[in-house]
Amino acid sequence: MAMTPTGADATAELPVFCLTKEHEHAAGGSTLLGFWIYLMSDCLLFAALFATYGVLGGSYAGGPAPKDLFELPLVAVNTSMLLLSSITYGFAMLATYQGRVGATQGWLIVTALFGLAFVGIELYEFTHMIHDGATPQRSAFLSAFFTLVGTHGLHVTVGLVWMVTLMLQVGQRGLIPENVRRLACLSLFWHFLDVIWIGVFTFVYLGGMLR
Amino acid sequence: MSDAVHGKPAAGGHAHGDSHGSLRSYLTGFILSVILTAIPFWLVMFGVLNSKVATELAITTLAVVQITVHMVYFLHMNTRSEDGWSIMALVFTLILVVIVLIGSLWIIYHLNANMMPDRDMSQMP
Amino acid sequence: MSTDSTLLKMAFGRLTLDAFPIHEPILVATFAGVALGGAAVLGVISYFRLWGYLWREWFTTIDHKRIGIMYMILGLVMLLRGFADALMMRWQQAVAFGGAEGFLPAHHYDQIFTAHGVIMIFFMAMPFITGLMNFVVPLQIGARDVSFPFLNNFSFWMTAMGAALVMVSLFVGEFARTGWLAYPPLSGIAYSPDVGVDYYIWALQIAGVGTLLSGVNLIATIVKLRAPGMTMMKMPIFTWTALCTNVLIVAAFPILTVTLALLSLDRYVGTNFFTNDLGGNPMMYVNLIWIWGHPEVYILILPIFGVFSEVTATFSGKRLFGYTSMVYATVVITILSYLVWLHHFFTMGSGASVNSFFGITTMIISIPTGAKMFNWLFTLYRGRIRFELPMMWTLAFMLTFVIGGMTGVLLAVPPADFVLHNSLFLVAHFHNVIIGGVVFGVFAGISYWFPKAFGFRLDPFWGKMSFWFWVAGFYLAFMPLYVLGLMGVTRRLRHFEDPTLQVWFVIAAVGAALILLGIVSFLIQIYVSIRRREALRDRTGDPWGGRTLEWSTASPPPEYNFAFTPVVHDNDAWWDMKHRGFRRPVAGFNAIHMPRNTGAGFILAALSAVFGFAMIWHIWWLAALGFVAVLAVAIAHTFNYQRDFQIPANEVERTEAGRTRLLAARA
Repeated sequence: MAMTPTGADATAELPVFCLTKEHEHAAGGSTLLGFWIYLMSDCLLFAALFATYGVLGGSYAGGPAPKDLFELPLVAVNTSMLLLSSITYGFAMLATYQGRVGATQGWLIVTALFGLAFVGIELYEFTHMIHDGATPQRSAFLSAFFTLVGTHGLHVTVGLVWMVTLMLQVGQRGLIPENVRRLACLSLFWHFLDVIWIGVFTFVYLGGMLR
Repeated sequence: MSDAVHGKPAAGGHAHGDSHGSLRSYLTGFILSVILTAIPFWLVMFGVLNSKVATELAITTLAVVQITVHMVYFLHMNTRSEDGWSIMALVFTLILVVIVLIGSLWIIYHLNANMMPDRDMSQMP
Repeated sequence: MSTDSTLLKMAFGRLTLDAFPIHEPILVATFAGVALGGAAVLGVISYFRLWGYLWREWFTTIDHKRIGIMYMILGLVMLLRGFADALMMRWQQAVAFGGAEGFLPAHHYDQIFTAHGVIMIFFMAMPFITGLMNFVVPLQIGARDVSFPFLNNFSFWMTAMGAALVMVSLFVGEFARTGWLAYPPLSGIAYSPDVGVDYYIWALQIAGVGTLLSGVNLIATIVKLRAPGMTMMKMPIFTWTALCTNVLIVAAFPILTVTLALLSLDRYVGTNFFTNDLGGNPMMYVNLIWIWGHPEVYILILPIFGVFSEVTATFSGKRLFGYTSMVYATVVITILSYLVWLHHFFTMGSGASVNSFFGITTMIISIPTGAKMFNWLFTLYRGRIRFELPMMWTLAFMLTFVIGGMTGVLLAVPPADFVLHNSLFLVAHFHNVIIGGVVFGVFAGISYWFPKAFGFRLDPFWGKMSFWFWVAGFYLAFMPLYVLGLMGVTRRLRHFEDPTLQVWFVIAAVGAALILLGIVSFLIQIYVSIRRREALRDRTGDPWGGRTLEWSTASPPPEYNFAFTPVVHDNDAWWDMKHRGFRRPVAGFNAIHMPRNTGAGFILAALSAVFGFAMIWHIWWLAALGFVAVLAVAIAHTFNYQRDFQIPANEVERTEAGRTRLLAARA
């Protein structure tokens, strides 16, 4: 808590205008906040897609409607895949904060498998629908459906790529602070995708069956 | 650098009141989520409530509750995180999400109602 | 179908030799000019062997100050291009009456007004304000750089690549002919099957990524990197407006991304979001794009309000009047900007209840802006006003923007808007607020902060020439448009039957010519200032008697900005320091931790541009390659953990000693 280092008159009541000893801003101190703000923008991206689905979701153009297409049991299975992946990622984070590399990697692999199952089931569902003539081009409802659900699935896929990359990096360098930060960001991302999915299965699938 | 201070290996990057959750909180969140997912599926798949409107209201409410559960137990949302900036950003975003959703639905509903062909223009609201 | 042509199609997509406009004399002449000028620039760089320097010191820089300067250069170049479009439109509209068809056929004219709007908003105004915020904010808050320096570099190059795509459309293919917001169904594949709308989409999507990331960056910077003692309510007012602007950016740009993505799905894949059939609803595009579009105009103006607040206080020699109410007004504007968007399409039939709601909110949003005006006036009142260039621009702004704001409130009344929507009255209104607000503000900001960035002031004589040409030119160019709009003239027309309208268009063309002189004077000003830089040198770092922390640094600041992080006690921190006995430390320097330069941002952006170009021309193999390359480079970049270095203490000492000598020499 020095005064100005030029040895100014110590009796003069000069306010301190400079930090002579830097308390180094922890490198990466902005990362989590920055990522959270990015997630908020992603939230608005999905809001626009939900709004589009809300507006166009009833326009079947004489084509298939939700009742003709959605298989709720499959959606239930899919939802549980994502939910399970959320908790296994939680276990991975607990292991991370305990500094246990092996356990972290293990839980990340399990999470990735659940995530892969989710994407796989979704692709199966999409292929099935398209095969039956319910293509994204068939009606505005289907365009909106495929885009909203597909964008979510794309986000999950990106998350999986990120997860694999991080597993490689943790394998290489261990749980250094930079990697812990990255895992924390992916954690936010992954849970956020589950939050969006709550909106999807409620308003698209369940809501669609009620229209 | 931070080891001596924190006394934990490589545990940097989570200062200032960020919480991580514990095994118990993750499991609580998980179980609550399972319940909050099972109920809406059950309501819709088996037509438990006889009214569409009631079912819609129920599943919406349950979704909101489950989202809150996720926020608290998985995302560790609290008013202290990042000195309150996290929750402020979230509240602001949610307000905008509501404006975008409700605004779009309201506007397009009116546009559709007023501008569909064969309409008697003298009866526009 | 010969194998040759199939092979050509696979290799080049729909890009054929027809894409090059060799039959259009204006474009051929433009190309000749660009090619010659470009060759000259490249030649000079090569002759002076500056490629290494450019790459190492500028293209790969993560220094917010250099990135800010690059944004300003981009904005200036695009101002010239966008203004060329304006001149052509004014000339066409001044002559095309009755039998005279003018020199621009519809096919060309429609591209010009579309490009003019897209360029001026996305590639002139946005880069200028981003440049100002990038340069100034870290200095004002006592930080060494932004929170994410690499992301900052990447954001700049994404914006620049978006601009590059728009420029390429001039010579390869054509641009959109839909107006700057590209409403469907006109912008859909059925009515615009050519590449124009695709250029539009990809240029904006690429630039949009840059803008969004820069928004995240500046919010994190302002929240996390303020100097100790600088609480939120002790931040400079420009930093406050920058914070709110970036909040708007983060909140609004995702909507634009989605809307353009849905349009591209309609065009590329045949979905039915905005088509006329199979359930599509073109009005949903209009709705969504204005949910983005209205916050966008506040994104443009809020930083400028910040500039004017700083300039008014500095050149009145007084603290800004009503700091707290300024902050509240800014925050209120930020929130309210999300509640007014329908006023852009009152006439589309949503009915009285919807129209009234949005009409009322639109009128309400003018109130906080009015409060700001009064605060500026009260700051001036009883101040010791110095009529330097920044203050001149501020006074012109205050008069001009108020007029534009008033016509805005007039348009906010739905029945009035039913008469004036899409007329030249509207065109006059938004140019009134954008030129009177954003452009005048950018010039104020440039003349104010130029000495900080480059170490010498701008030549005042040519600055004043530019100022008077701009102000006179603006009024002559746009007041007639109010008259024409009230008389019922529609926008975006290239030919008129009624000869009594012509005089107004001629006056407007004269105004445009005066603005041209204003721009030329500005370019001369830069040239003359560089020639006379020793006479205009700023040796103290504080040429204006500034009040905020950026003026405590050298001009230009060292790469690390502050040798010691400042400690803040009050608003107008530098003013406080100057008046409470601050002595600049001359010893005891420490090593400083800085981020490294990197080429990854430039490479990623260039690859994105290649991807965009390939998507536009349906060169699928190149698009796939580009996409994969972007992913690969991005992932590879994350494996680079060595992103920092230390500036050793003795180097800091040497730099600071240099400044000590400079300050002593001046004394």
